[in-house]
Amino acid sequence: MKTYRDIAGDGGSDISGQVASRAARMRERMASVANCLVVMSGKGGVGKSAVTANLAAALALRGRKVGVLDADINGPCMARMLGVEGQALKLGEGGVIPAEGPLGMKVVSMDLLLAREAAPVEWNAPAPPQPHIWRGALEAAAVQEFFTDTVWGKLDYLLVDLPPGPERFPGLYRLLPRCDGAIAVTIPSAVAQLTVMRSIASAHSLRVKLLGVVENMSSYLCQRCGAPQPLFRDEGDAGGQLLGASILGRIPFDPRIARCCDQGVPFVLAHRQTQAGRAFMDIAAQVGGLRVAQRGGH
Amino acid sequence: MKFLCVTCDEAMKFVEAADAAQGDTFSAVFGCPRCGHRIALLANPWETRLVRSLGVTLGGRTVPREPLELVRESLAECRLLWTDEAERRLARVPEFVRPIVRESVERHARERGCREVTCEVMDEVRSKMGM
Repeated sequence: MKTYRDIAGDGGSDISGQVASRAARMRERMASVANCLVVMSGKGGVGKSAVTANLAAALALRGRKVGVLDADINGPCMARMLGVEGQALKLGEGGVIPAEGPLGMKVVSMDLLLAREAAPVEWNAPAPPQPHIWRGALEAAAVQEFFTDTVWGKLDYLLVDLPPGPERFPGLYRLLPRCDGAIAVTIPSAVAQLTVMRSIASAHSLRVKLLGVVENMSSYLCQRCGAPQPLFRDEGDAGGQLLGASILGRIPFDPRIARCCDQGVPFVLAHRQTQAGRAFMDIAAQVGGLRVAQRGGH
Repeated sequence: MKFLCVTCDEAMKFVEAADAAQGDTFSAVFGCPRCGHRIALLANPWETRLVRSLGVTLGGRTVPREPLELVRESLAECRLLWTDEAERRLARVPEFVRPIVRESVERHARERGCREVTCEVMDEVRSKMGM
């Protein structure tokens, strides 16, 4: 009797052909995107999404065409942070047209698909004994569909905001049509750095170029003298040394960053001349420089 | 997954999928090209959902793929997407009545089982309201 490997093909479904066709569609979509960069953290609560939103805005301020794909399917927040909440994705020729934020930033996020504000990301599904199995598959499929079906147009940068968790990068990396570099966000705490180190190790093992580490909430500004003081601990640039990666920049804690995120106005647009605003602009300049150096300029 | 006709030792071929597109279960018929014997693969809702979530269709795709198809059909509370043309048309409606028009059109679209709002759906609402 024949066994599985004795039979060529799959009886007519052409599953491998369907998978190849999807991969081809993804590649085609990404052809107009010059740089696809992922922003990862490993640890939740370090301000990764705020960094993504402000880095996107800072790049846009530098005249770049920027898109943001919110790959945090369960905890989407990019629409709010980039001021496109309330907009809807539209169906256009050949795919979905992203929402458009300030400076023409294009945004695709799960929260642009939810029927009402604060609706949970719930899936229509039977109640299997182990729902996490298909839930993970659905989330992965959602990210793939965002890549496959979004009409980004010409972009200099597509920033992919990953969900927190050190295991998320290797999991999602395999779904990405392309990854030209990764940026890790951490805060100067040993716990956060331990987990972000795992993400960085994943990037290294996948041979993804790590552009550097952004140390968020690196300090606070003294109300009396205005000098930066350590917010978590006083160990200088221990973060960068511990991670063995170059520091792209340090963002001092500024309560206005969170307020701006809540209001849907990227902090760097409203407060460009503050220390934190300048730090974001400097990071954008470095990211732009790194990419320009690698690709030979725009 | 492959199917073998044990009598003929022949790989069975996909014949048809009874409820491939919309149902929460999946039935695929396979037949032996030599003896014609047929069997049906019946997948439960959990298995059906899992296969769909992989973005592939057993038996091959018979209808063109829609943008964000899987996400839209799987989200419990998904917003109806408007075509760019329909949105432009809605934008011509005076702003103070626009939310009401949007709501009416979306209600009609949902009642009709439409997955998106097109200009045709808007025309239907207009005729229904005698405008």
